[in-house]
Amino acid sequence: MARTRPEPVQVVKQRRDAAMSALVHGVPYINFLGIEFERRGDELTAILPFDDKLIGNPLLPAIHGGVTAGFLETTAVIGLAWSGLWDDIESGRISLESLTEGHLPRLPKTIDFTVDYLRSGLPRDAYARARVNRSGRRYASVHVEAWQDQREVLFAQATGHFLMPSKDE
Amino acid sequence: MEPDKAKMAEHFINAIPHCKALNMRLTGIGAGQAEMELPYDKRIVGDPETGVLHGGAVSALMDTCCGAAAMCHPSSPSGTATIDLRIDYMRAAMPGQNVRTKAECYHITRSVAFVRATAYDDDDSRPVATATGAFTVQGK
Repeated sequence: MARTRPEPVQVVKQRRDAAMSALVHGVPYINFLGIEFERRGDELTAILPFDDKLIGNPLLPAIHGGVTAGFLETTAVIGLAWSGLWDDIESGRISLESLTEGHLPRLPKTIDFTVDYLRSGLPRDAYARARVNRSGRRYASVHVEAWQDQREVLFAQATGHFLMPSKDE
Repeated sequence: MEPDKAKMAEHFINAIPHCKALNMRLTGIGAGQAEMELPYDKRIVGDPETGVLHGGAVSALMDTCCGAAAMCHPSSPSGTATIDLRIDYMRAAMPGQNVRTKAECYHITRSVAFVRATAYDDDDSRPVATATGAFTVQGK
């Protein structure tokens, strides 16, 4: 039986990266904080490069708790949206043209978000990954971990609940 | 409360780089209470299609305001840090309107300050978000 030849790797990567970039760079607040996402297959790592405007306690100095919350919430929302979009991006149901023209898919809405501050955020880059623990038709529950120099030493973690956009919206 | 403490808290809040970057203002401070305002700003929009502010900016406002309320409680000697903060998002803040928040430190022990806050836009009858958090009590 003849198998369809897999798409060339550059084509696949280009499509995924363009979709990711459209999703992330279309949101002003994400650009304001300077958050970027790195993608390995479907795994995402959010990166928050350190900047003076992120400081909450100038004496230490430490990253503002609100910045940490915003960073973790962004990681959760993008992670959740990405896992929902993956099939549509892979199958081509969502066209690259429409994404790059700024027709973003509706993002999940935050219902509640709880941040656990484990240690103060140091004045250096921070990283975060989200795990979607449950994603139903209407509601989703997501956990996020954030660290700085050492992957195993978390400086914050969070759990949030989200309202999923309806499919026909 | 001693006016010195209010002055100190105000000075401290106004020196926070992230709050300055968001143009946050401290609009009221008293014994275990604080009020702050976040001006509407296109740079911190979370949904470009509607112009609604991102939840993260509201988090920053409420976290700062809760911290200020904890700091200026009569039993709090000085600084504070967030242990945990939960935010419930009731509805989207109206695009173009400022977000205002009031925080109250309703209980304090030697080690922990318990704080809650509510955020509104121009409509005082329907909250945009509520927050509850635990903060450290430092320097005793």
